[in-house]
Amino acid sequence: MKCAVLFSGGKDSTYAAFLTKKYDIEISCLISLISENPDSYMFHTPSISKVNKQAEVMNIPLIIQKTKGVKEEELKDLEFAIKKAKNNYNIEAVVTGAVESAYQASRVQKICDNLDLECFNPLWQKNPEELWNDLLENRFEIIIIAIAAGGMDKELMGKKIDWEMIKKLKEIEKKYRIHLSFEGGEAETFVINCPLFSKKLAVHEKQISGRGDSWKMEIGIK
Amino acid sequence: MILLIKTPNISFHDLEFVKPIEDTLERNHVNFKSIHYTKLNEKLIKTADKIIISGTSLKDNNYLSHIKKFDWIKEFEKPILGICGGMHILGLIFNGKIKNYQEIGLKEVVFENDFLGFIGKHIVYELHNLNVVSKEFNVFASSKNCIQAIKHNKKPFYGVQFHPEVRNKNLIINFTRL
Repeated sequence: MKCAVLFSGGKDSTYAAFLTKKYDIEISCLISLISENPDSYMFHTPSISKVNKQAEVMNIPLIIQKTKGVKEEELKDLEFAIKKAKNNYNIEAVVTGAVESAYQASRVQKICDNLDLECFNPLWQKNPEELWNDLLENRFEIIIIAIAAGGMDKELMGKKIDWEMIKKLKEIEKKYRIHLSFEGGEAETFVINCPLFSKKLAVHEKQISGRGDSWKMEIGIK
Repeated sequence: MILLIKTPNISFHDLEFVKPIEDTLERNHVNFKSIHYTKLNEKLIKTADKIIISGTSLKDNNYLSHIKKFDWIKEFEKPILGICGGMHILGLIFNGKIKNYQEIGLKEVVFENDFLGFIGKHIVYELHNLNVVSKEFNVFASSKNCIQAIKHNKKPFYGVQFHPEVRNKNLIINFTRL
């Protein structure tokens, strides 16, 4: 079965891609939506243009679809991109990294049903602690590229998530009630290395902007 | 032991439709065993104290063409909970008919009578293109146009059209405590 993975470059969609391959399902292409709206309901936005580099080291074609990120209208852009994947790569299924958001998952389910495609959500309802364990045990190297929650310090920006960092996140979770795997948008992540990559991506440039509890980082990748 | 019967035709779907049920059982220290419906045998069915039948994806209707593999349900006397596709199976085994009706996402469901500890309005997660109607089941809950919770008129067989493993995990726990 050929599929397209909805890909943001963060931990969830990259891990969904990893599981897709593990279950012997062929990834024909990745689909990334570049939203002009930083508060998009559907799509993770920071550093998304860097997904090009990730697609390159995975050796998988990438469909990039721009969207203004207006609620519901961005779904038409997503449907357009999935249609393109169906026409160009004959995909029979779409894979997402949806974990808890019924909003995201049900919208993608509807689009897939309209286009007569299977829809896989391999991380659906996954426990956050189990997700981090799986990621680290499978040698995922993940950095934080945006934060937006009380207790998430600016110092976390650009930091790699290792066991020590997870311990720290658990402390923040206890004190500030953040979601441990950032389902509430507490942070955005970027994968710099994982078993799907032919080489590790090197971050050579960091531009941090924001204020208070809300920061984002534009990165340059070699 | 609870026997969790998997219905997805593709094992990749187990992560979405079976694992959340397994996680719920595990978190509540419930002893269970998962097996695909094509691999069931008489011995295993006899050792089960209760049975849960999972659902599967919108496009996966494979279980409907294998309904004979569920004939053992007619003779089974212990509690069964059928979720989505699992509810369709229960209905079909008892002379029900499948209807086309789609619901996707969060919906409000009203439980008219107590159903595994659920009564009144609840928000549930829906993901189905089909629904089942069987005269041998009583309807306990409905959404606007669709039957949502049924119980057999003689046996302890429960069916839900929505996915309690996504929202309302308590329904599964309450079933395990029957």
